Amino acid sequence: MASSAAVAPSPTGRARSFLDRLQSGDRAAHLITLAFALSVVLITAMLVCELWIHSADSRAKSGFGFIVSRSWNPVTEEFVALPFIYGTLLTSVLALTIAVPLGVGAAIFLSELAPPKIADGCTFLIELLAAVPSVIFGLLAIFTLVPLLRDYGEPFLKSTLGFLPFFQGDAYGVGYLAAGLILAIMIFPFIISISRESLRAVPREQREAALALGATEWEATWQVVMPHARLGILGSIFLGLARALGETMAVTMVIGNDPGIHASLLAPGYTIAAVIANEFTEATGNVYPAALVELGLVLFLLTMLINALAQLMITLTTERTHRVGRAPRLTLGSGSLPAPLSVELGQPLPHGRGSERNARGSEWALRRAAGRESRQ
Amino acid sequence: MTHRNRRRNLVNRIMLALTGVCTAVTVSTLFLILGYLVWNGWRSLDWNFFTKLPLPPGETGGGMANAIAGSAVLVAIASAIGIPTGFLGGIYLAEFGGKTLGFLVRYTADLLNGVPSIVIGIFVWTVVVVPMHGFSAWAGGFALSLMMIPIGLRATEQFLRAIPNSLREAALALGASKARTIFTVVAPAARQGIMTGMILGVARIAGETAPLLFTSLNNQFWASSPNQPTASLPVMIFTHAISPYEDWHRQAWAAGLVLLGMVLAANVAARLVISRGAAAQRG
Repeated sequence: MASSAAVAPSPTGRARSFLDRLQSGDRAAHLITLAFALSVVLITAMLVCELWIHSADSRAKSGFGFIVSRSWNPVTEEFVALPFIYGTLLTSVLALTIAVPLGVGAAIFLSELAPPKIADGCTFLIELLAAVPSVIFGLLAIFTLVPLLRDYGEPFLKSTLGFLPFFQGDAYGVGYLAAGLILAIMIFPFIISISRESLRAVPREQREAALALGATEWEATWQVVMPHARLGILGSIFLGLARALGETMAVTMVIGNDPGIHASLLAPGYTIAAVIANEFTEATGNVYPAALVELGLVLFLLTMLINALAQLMITLTTERTHRVGRAPRLTLGSGSLPAPLSVELGQPLPHGRGSERNARGSEWALRRAAGRESRQ
Repeated sequence: MTHRNRRRNLVNRIMLALTGVCTAVTVSTLFLILGYLVWNGWRSLDWNFFTKLPLPPGETGGGMANAIAGSAVLVAIASAIGIPTGFLGGIYLAEFGGKTLGFLVRYTADLLNGVPSIVIGIFVWTVVVVPMHGFSAWAGGFALSLMMIPIGLRATEQFLRAIPNSLREAALALGASKARTIFTVVAPAARQGIMTGMILGVARIAGETAPLLFTSLNNQFWASSPNQPTASLPVMIFTHAISPYEDWHRQAWAAGLVLLGMVLAANVAARLVISRGAAAQRG
């Protein structure tokens, strides 16, 4: 009896220490992973701080004039942002004007018309192209696009549309037009692949209902499917825009490096990213580097704004798709490849297709839907 | 009525044909220019490219052995920082993440992912190059890791979330602690997806140029330690392509082909891993 009383506390004690150790292991794991997760927050915060601190000299010197005045002259220490902001926006808008109609058209073809095998093959290749480094696009642009534009494209534009202010001046090959074209080619993959995903997320019943009412295929696509996928497509356009704004290498190689503001698309220009890439290592004194850092800050804020809008739109599309009660698709793949592009872009797919979030994703959606009902 | 129907049919056909034309134009543009790269690169590629140092302008021959090695060093440094950070941070988001903190981390990771690469270059210049008084492979690798972390983080989180809860519950019911459950049950189950994300991350940073321009700079010779300016393939392509020398252009094409080959091979490998994973789950 006495012995059992003496032994009895020891297993519970051992069990408790075992439990303690387990829990302290959990706590350690929690803290370690938390530390790594927070390092991301810390780095991003530091990034903003450093940009702000290191642009202090330039902000003190030019103030708001930095954004709006027009002449850039490192010799007399005049630093301004307007020509670069203009160049950045102009090349990006040019790229979108070319890439959006073509890209969305291709996305419609690939999601609505093409046989699944061809569509999946094409999408696979197109998404692969999203991974091509930008310096390679720049290399190709220098040796193919620029000579072609100089010898054929720009003389042709001048002879046909030369009366417009956009197509005047000498044909150098390099300039806004070349930069816009190469950017358009670079953002094709983003627009096509995300627009196609959004189009495919539209419930099939919508299409069938429209066709059953006598709509032609095009009417069903344009009037019924497109409005459904509108936000997702807009999101893809904004993502393309964000990429075009921040794109450095390809643009630097073909923009022509002229810090002026020209109406003509044939003229050489400059973008924010290009001027930083070209001049940062040779910037001397205090104000010059600070001005370049401040340009970086402007670019950062511009891109953040566009990215936030894109995220918001893609999220809204996803929410709405869930709200109309699309049956959760539990089967995997169905011959189509999941889109690693979305992994690379670091954001959720416009809908829960693909192996990465099948069971859990739909379960989550159902639970959320249930939660919403119980709240009402 | 029939007139109107005929018009609708005509519009239908024209628009559908136009979308086909859009596809043909975009896809063929992309492939024409890449085909041109492969053709030109293949002509320019020779054995010297992999074994010799770059020669001064004006002399023909030479290669980019130092840039290939430099790229490898930079990617290795970036992976050594980026993969553990992304993996552990992703585990936090998927398994521990509270509502507010989780949102904060997720949001800033997306923010970091969207930062233009040239701005990352400036940032690393201010925090690494200036205090260390010099360009180095450490700075370049750190800059690349910053581009990799958000990709690895979100990939890890996504794929961990795809693991059914029943698996976690089973492990916990058998008496495993939470940490043990995560590291021996949940993470191995999501292994393929996480690996895919990491490979895609490595492939993305391997071709980045802008963050290296003023962090690792460039070097015509071998860098004897990571404390020195280091050559890398993307920066070499940039400097050679904008130079006026014929032979440097040839080298740039060859380097472009090698870089493209490596990046695309990594991407195809990642996709094979992911589709095999899907097939295995389909059973």
